[in-house]
Amino acid sequence: MERRSSLFLLSVLCLGIAILYIPILVLIGYSFNASPLVNVWGGFSTAWYGTLWHNRQLLEAALLSLEVAVSASSGAVVLGTLAAVALVRFARFPGRLLLTGMVNAPLVMPEIITGITQLLLFVSMMQLISWPHRGFTTIVLAHVTFCTAYVTITVQARLASADRSLEEAAMDLGAGPARAFLEITLPIIAPAIVSSWLLCFTLSLDDLVISSFVSGPGASTLPMVIYSKVKLGVSPDINALASLIVCAVGAVILAAGWLMKRAERRRRLEMQLAEQ
Amino acid sequence: MKPTGSQGRWLIILPPLVFLLLFFLIPFAFAFKISLAQTAAHVPPYTDVLQVTPDHHWRVFATLANYRYLLTDEVYGVAYLFSLRTAFFSTLICLALGYPMAYAIARAPRATQSVLLLVIMLPFWTSFLLRVYALEGIIRDNGLLNTVLLHLGLIEHPLRIMRTNLAVYLGIIYSYLPFMVLPLFATLEKLDPTLLEAAADLGSTPWRAFLDITLPLSVPGVIAGSMLVFIPAVGEFVIPSLLGGPNNLMIGRVLWDEFFGNHDWPVAAAVAIAFLLLLVGPIAIYQYYNVRQLEA
Repeated sequence: MERRSSLFLLSVLCLGIAILYIPILVLIGYSFNASPLVNVWGGFSTAWYGTLWHNRQLLEAALLSLEVAVSASSGAVVLGTLAAVALVRFARFPGRLLLTGMVNAPLVMPEIITGITQLLLFVSMMQLISWPHRGFTTIVLAHVTFCTAYVTITVQARLASADRSLEEAAMDLGAGPARAFLEITLPIIAPAIVSSWLLCFTLSLDDLVISSFVSGPGASTLPMVIYSKVKLGVSPDINALASLIVCAVGAVILAAGWLMKRAERRRRLEMQLAEQ
Repeated sequence: MKPTGSQGRWLIILPPLVFLLLFFLIPFAFAFKISLAQTAAHVPPYTDVLQVTPDHHWRVFATLANYRYLLTDEVYGVAYLFSLRTAFFSTLICLALGYPMAYAIARAPRATQSVLLLVIMLPFWTSFLLRVYALEGIIRDNGLLNTVLLHLGLIEHPLRIMRTNLAVYLGIIYSYLPFMVLPLFATLEKLDPTLLEAAADLGSTPWRAFLDITLPLSVPGVIAGSMLVFIPAVGEFVIPSLLGGPNNLMIGRVLWDEFFGNHDWPVAAAVAIAFLLLLVGPIAIYQYYNVRQLEA
């Protein structure tokens, strides 16, 4: 019974992982297919990667997406960390419940609803105060909104488990609250801030639905271009592009995870040494 | 940060509060206003609900026609129910697949565990859109699945999966599986193994012990994982649009077409408000308590 159930668990685990990975691996395989026909293997070729560099539309969209992702995740990290500090450190303040709700709601709101309502806001604002023009600005504002929620949740968890006695000790020794926060608390929550910045970056880079609604003429992000190309059918250069993106993101995430683990281990070691 | 004056506190509280008010909550107020307007053939394509008359009086031109349209026009009711059904069955399949996976990971040795978790997490970080696109390479008529099956002689003609509801189910399961596994793992990992040992000592079979102890104790994880799959799946647009057939009427897709195809902004706004009330309101309240429970 015990052996049979272990075997069952193991095979479901393998099946699940296979479901998650086979499509990506097949996609990467197709990206090296010399033939533009999807059902014919025309030999190994890196030609499709070469054509990417000459596709102005894709390059411009990729540049816009990167600019949006960097701006949005940086803005979200600032706002989200502030919100997390407010929610963890200030037990009572007017608007606390409202802030909690607005931080959690974007996580469960269907993107399509957020996208429509934000577009209606931007259109109405344009009529009232002639700002913002739909394009880069509106996409960044929309992305900051949903990214802030992810930052707050991540930093909140870290901050709640952080030891407050260090910060209090610093303040007993004469540090102001701002200085105590910057020198003691910030380094402790730094891993959460870094990982939520990365999460926001990938979420922003990937967003199709919200960007499609709030964007204006002439501002197409990479997912918008990819979506319109994919809608028309499979295209081999998109295979190459997708493989590049998936591998780049995967490598960055693995490297960041490894670096953060190392930094965390060193910090723990220093803490232990300091205690001795 | 007790010594900070209340002014200092507001420097921390106000930026996120004001930003989220302006760009998350107030948009719903505008959506509500526009849902009371009528479609018009100018830019933006709706009438003004609030108008200033020549003698400087405000007048309200509101209509509930859009909401009446939602109730009388069958498409929306059908699409909403269809979305709920699709999301429900996808969630069930994710649960059936994800539970044994999470259980296996929770029972694995520590070192293997972190590797397996990374393996499950990694697809969650990589592009959603591109993963849905990648799935097409497997299930289209001349894709990998059909090629392998034809080669093995199991089928004589390619299976038609692309542009069917089956493809949408596969897409949702494939995309959202990590969201099911991770919360399940989190609860199963915390489970006290001595409880199972005690059950075994008292003569309980492993299966019996699973039903009596593990399953009830993992309910919070089951609920959290199911919510994380179900909620986004109901409003899903990319998957039905890229993998589903032309008659797959998931609500996200209907809404998109109403907006970009028919340019009927007031009706789309009314759908957004109705959706908010029907689905998101109750779940947001639930989620609020759930998040607090997970934090604790």
